Amino acid sequence: MSTVIKVDNLSKAYQLGKIGTGTISRDLERFWITKVMGKEDPFLRIGETNDRSVRGTGDVVWSLRDVNFSVQQGDAVGIIGKNGAGKSTLLKLLSRVTSPTLGEIRIKGRISSLLEVGTGFHPELSGRENIFLNGSILGMRRREIARKLDEIIDFSGVERYIDTPVKRYSSGMYVRLAFAVAAHLESEILVVDEVLAVGDAEFRNKCLGKMQDISTGQGRTVLFVSHDMTAISALCNRGIVLKHGMIDFHGDVSASIQNYIFDTRKEVEGDLNFSNRAGDGTLKVEALTFDYGKIYQSGDRVTITATLDRELTPDEYDKVNLFFVISNSLKKVVLTLSSKYAPFDAAARGNKIVFDVPSLPLAEGLYTVDYWMSYHGVFADGVKEITSIEVLGTDFYGTGYMPVPRKHGEFLVHHKVALKP
Amino acid sequence: MTQSNESPRWDLIIKGQTSLFDLRFADVWHYRDLLWMFVKRDFVSFYKQTVLGPLWFFIQPILATLVFTFVFGELAKISTDGLPQQLFYLSGITAWNYFADCLTKTSTVFKDNVNLFGKVYFPRLIMPMSIVISNLVRFGVQMLLLVAAMAFFALRGFDVQPTWALALFPLLVLIMALLGLGCGLIITAVTTKYKDLSFLVTFGVQLAMYATTVIIPLSATPEQYKKYILLNPMTGIIEAFRFGFLGKGTVTVESLGYSALFAVVVLFMGVLIFNRTEKNFVDTI
Repeated sequence: MSTVIKVDNLSKAYQLGKIGTGTISRDLERFWITKVMGKEDPFLRIGETNDRSVRGTGDVVWSLRDVNFSVQQGDAVGIIGKNGAGKSTLLKLLSRVTSPTLGEIRIKGRISSLLEVGTGFHPELSGRENIFLNGSILGMRRREIARKLDEIIDFSGVERYIDTPVKRYSSGMYVRLAFAVAAHLESEILVVDEVLAVGDAEFRNKCLGKMQDISTGQGRTVLFVSHDMTAISALCNRGIVLKHGMIDFHGDVSASIQNYIFDTRKEVEGDLNFSNRAGDGTLKVEALTFDYGKIYQSGDRVTITATLDRELTPDEYDKVNLFFVISNSLKKVVLTLSSKYAPFDAAARGNKIVFDVPSLPLAEGLYTVDYWMSYHGVFADGVKEITSIEVLGTDFYGTGYMPVPRKHGEFLVHHKVALKP
Repeated sequence: MTQSNESPRWDLIIKGQTSLFDLRFADVWHYRDLLWMFVKRDFVSFYKQTVLGPLWFFIQPILATLVFTFVFGELAKISTDGLPQQLFYLSGITAWNYFADCLTKTSTVFKDNVNLFGKVYFPRLIMPMSIVISNLVRFGVQMLLLVAAMAFFALRGFDVQPTWALALFPLLVLIMALLGLGCGLIITAVTTKYKDLSFLVTFGVQLAMYATTVIIPLSATPEQYKKYILLNPMTGIIEAFRFGFLGKGTVTVESLGYSALFAVVVLFMGVLIFNRTEKNFVDTI
């Protein structure tokens, strides 16, 4: 195993705000300070870490700061992080679309990057002509493309239309053809952005299979950026978690995913000052903690704690009915949890009502949560869409076969199957 | 730092600070197939998109020639060196158009290709180079028009006299291409940051044409302005062009040498600035 990518102190600064006004004078000032007086660039010194939620004072932001890592040959590395964590910047630097402010990347072997499929496709040209054009843009030589042409056309599955201008293609055909070209690149290192998020399930699996073949079968190195933890865990053996432009975790892929999910969980807290609050307020939920926040995997244990504004006696608790209503992205209610669905404990007292779901049965998707509470049969408190939660797909059944999102339904339940005489 | 048993050889080092003269021409050479693919793309897409196809290439020079003939020939009665007015203007316009096309089309390279450049790396220089070559097609078609016009006037009895300077034609085209490319590279690099300058380009190119001999022959230029007209590197080229095809014009080794030197210097500066800009322009545009 040898190191094929080595990244040292990689940093990238971006200027915030409007570029244009006053830049000539600023450029002159900068030129004077750095080149003539030989001092440090004042516009980089005031930089700060990239945290969207904190309003900074400077107008330079470090999208990446002091990132160090190395990648071994044959590794498939998943790069994980929230929006704005620096994933795209890292990809752009690796693909030489833009260059780093400080630090360097050293690479052994040819590197190709796919930040998008079908880059440079021209609608007027035929599929065949576009294969040559797109292949050349990605750095293939003409001979190389000609040699692989049949293979590419075969993989794309659009033979019938190969001499038709691509403007007549359906978007699915377009993507298939584009991915087919990319999949036949011969470089030793492949950098891939979420190109798999397009196309139907069948083609998606074909792409995943091809990527797996590239990394494990052919021993090439793959860097893969995605929000899709299912794809990351299926494809990668290593993971890098980025947070605010710095490396938060670097290691085995499942540990990286755990780290990422756990980190997003810590962030959710409810202090319930909502204007859309309804009810007569005779009893109120003061704080709501989703013990784990916003991102779950199917089958996770979920604990929701509702802290009330006062302590309840068993008699009072008997008169409370607290609901959590979970709806899918089409606003259809898929699940309701209620304090009345659980056995009543006549001895308990306190100010926290704790819901414990041992295994979340929801399939991959985005859900919203409403809560409402009645006291003595009267609507006391409630907020619609208090939070949204994201459920990520996982190997729920432990068999390696995963349900297809949106196609195989909303729920996952464990079940036994046997072949009988 | 453990670097003991690693080979120190890296194929590619991506750094922020690089030398101004790190131009990576080897990369450009590696991507030479892409250059031809772009040229082919421009050519094919142009044919497929328009019904009249290359006929459009004729319309602009014909109209410009008619307007010039009317305004400068008929109304202002400016000398055309004894040549038929239409031939005089058409020859100047044809040569000027190639230079102007190269300049204006390469001057928007960064702006026009943000999406492409933002997604994939290839030596950016390939794109303006392909534009200059693609423009040769249009130039070739317009040359046919010029030759046809020459034949027409020859049949009408005018004595068209091509001269030895016709042999300079490939050199003239090369100088125009390099000059247009060099100016375009500088402009596209500068306009990524200072966008307002792009408004000046089309306007400026128009004005620059009046500072050549496209309309007024050098022989008819007042003596006190002559040196300014000669400062324009395109003047020597248009004069040589006209002398080659029509036998009228002033060709000197000095004027052509000046144009060639000017083109090389501008191109060199253009490549340096372009190369400097291409690394980070995605962040600023």
